[in-house]
Amino acid sequence: MSATETTRTPPQPGQEQSPPPPAVEVAGVTVRYGDVLALEDVSLSVGRGRICGLLGANGSGKSTLFTTIMGLTPASRGRVRILGSDPAAARRRGLVGYVPQSEQVDWAFPVRVADVVMMGRYGHMGPSRRPRRADRAAVEQALERTGLSDLAHRQIGALSGGQRKRAFVARGIAQGARLFLLDEPFAGVDRPSQATISEVLAAMRDDGATLLVSTHDLAGVPDLCDEAVLLQRRLIAQGAPADVLTPQRLLEAFGIAPHPGGRAA
Amino acid sequence: MSTLAEWITVPLQFDFMQRALLVSVVAGVVCALLSCWMTLTGWSLLGDAVSHAVLPGVVLSYLFGLPFAAGALVFGAGSVALIGVVNRTSRVKEDAAIGIVFTAMFGIGVVLISRIPSQTDLMHILFGNVLGVSDGEILQILAMAALILAVVGLKHRDLTLYAFDPVHAHAIGLRPRRLEALLLGLLSVTVVVALQAVGIILVVAMVVIPGATAYLLTDRFERMLLIAAAVSAAASVVGTYVSFHADIATGGAVVVAQACGFALAYLFSPRHGVAARLLRRSPAPAG
Repeated sequence: MSATETTRTPPQPGQEQSPPPPAVEVAGVTVRYGDVLALEDVSLSVGRGRICGLLGANGSGKSTLFTTIMGLTPASRGRVRILGSDPAAARRRGLVGYVPQSEQVDWAFPVRVADVVMMGRYGHMGPSRRPRRADRAAVEQALERTGLSDLAHRQIGALSGGQRKRAFVARGIAQGARLFLLDEPFAGVDRPSQATISEVLAAMRDDGATLLVSTHDLAGVPDLCDEAVLLQRRLIAQGAPADVLTPQRLLEAFGIAPHPGGRAA
Repeated sequence: MSTLAEWITVPLQFDFMQRALLVSVVAGVVCALLSCWMTLTGWSLLGDAVSHAVLPGVVLSYLFGLPFAAGALVFGAGSVALIGVVNRTSRVKEDAAIGIVFTAMFGIGVVLISRIPSQTDLMHILFGNVLGVSDGEILQILAMAALILAVVGLKHRDLTLYAFDPVHAHAIGLRPRRLEALLLGLLSVTVVVALQAVGIILVVAMVVIPGATAYLLTDRFERMLLIAAAVSAAASVVGTYVSFHADIATGGAVVVAQACGFALAYLFSPRHGVAARLLRRSPAPAG
């Protein structure tokens, strides 16, 4: 077995190769919290360089799916692959960027925006995490790409809702993450800031990063997302936003039709 | 005349005062560093728990003629682990688990002490005996403080990351549980260092107040560490001197000095103080 493996491994230039593995692959994942079934046999796959909206009502398992992909919640069945490798290995290589929900952050914590972004570099540093020139350059560049250069020395809580989100996105950029998990990035963010965040996210996607975005904002999904996943403990649908967000399916996911007068699909 | 100079120099002629100052400043500094993370993780009361839980360890060390740090460290780290076990393996919540474990340990300590003939030792354990520390105790304190300083010097950024965003720490392949264990281990050693300075009852002040004071004075964590250490060392010196001149309990005097420092920051911190907030709220002067 190992012999065939080694003869097969070096890819021959010019020859036909199998496509690169997807950014994230969830296969038959079931998660239980005690007696509660949080996710049931969920399978999905998101290709590289895509923005995928993760939609569902409260308690639909969105957060559980995030924590399972991140390896924080153990799946009782099924498995997760990130960019073709084991999730723990992907995390150690700094491929997984995480943008937390606002409520999970202590905004009074005595760190500056640049300090937060620098935390993205810790995996690339020595044991004492003393920043080197390359780390400072990566932080500067990430701040620039997210439009936060002028705010680098502000305490993190002194930013507006949208700027705070971009600071955590910048942390993932400085980290060099290729798969981003964004938990409700548009919650508590006004429309103009939402547009700014969306621009940053689209630029990252164009750079080849993959973004998994959980959101309540159904209206914004078709503009921002290349595809959508609808979750209600089980996977209801995955595909192009227009195909996923049908009244029928939204009724199934949310229990109410968001546009009662809208035309049927 | 030169009363202030005398106020400062006279106590230094006494060997026991030199030792007392050394121990209180060292304890004050290491406690101050740890207190920054305690303030930010919301673990302040865990410091209280650990300090009480070491009592049986100290008493047993005394009974068997061991270094006091040995027993204290075993019971300090053991009680932290036990709190975690009770919390994880039952439906009892963490605050209750802390309350149960530390009172149980303290109770065992009180029972053990009641078998000790001399009650002055009890007073020393509970309220500190910084004026009577032996060479051996000073060595233990310096060794533990050096260990804490070395680990903090190497790992302070990881500990801060853990306190700020443990999920991100996990996402980049670090082990938040290990960082948590490291922080708890440091807390245990720190508490033991401070035992000699202020006694079991008042240790919690040393691992809470300096961090809280510094938190009111800065928005940068590295500065918070420095400010906490400076404020705490100053309180140790002032408290020890005042206790000498006024003939009052040293541990108590140090903690009161800490509290005064906090009160000043609470009232007059330029950005986060009560006075500054009131000034900001009042209308700006015309002109």
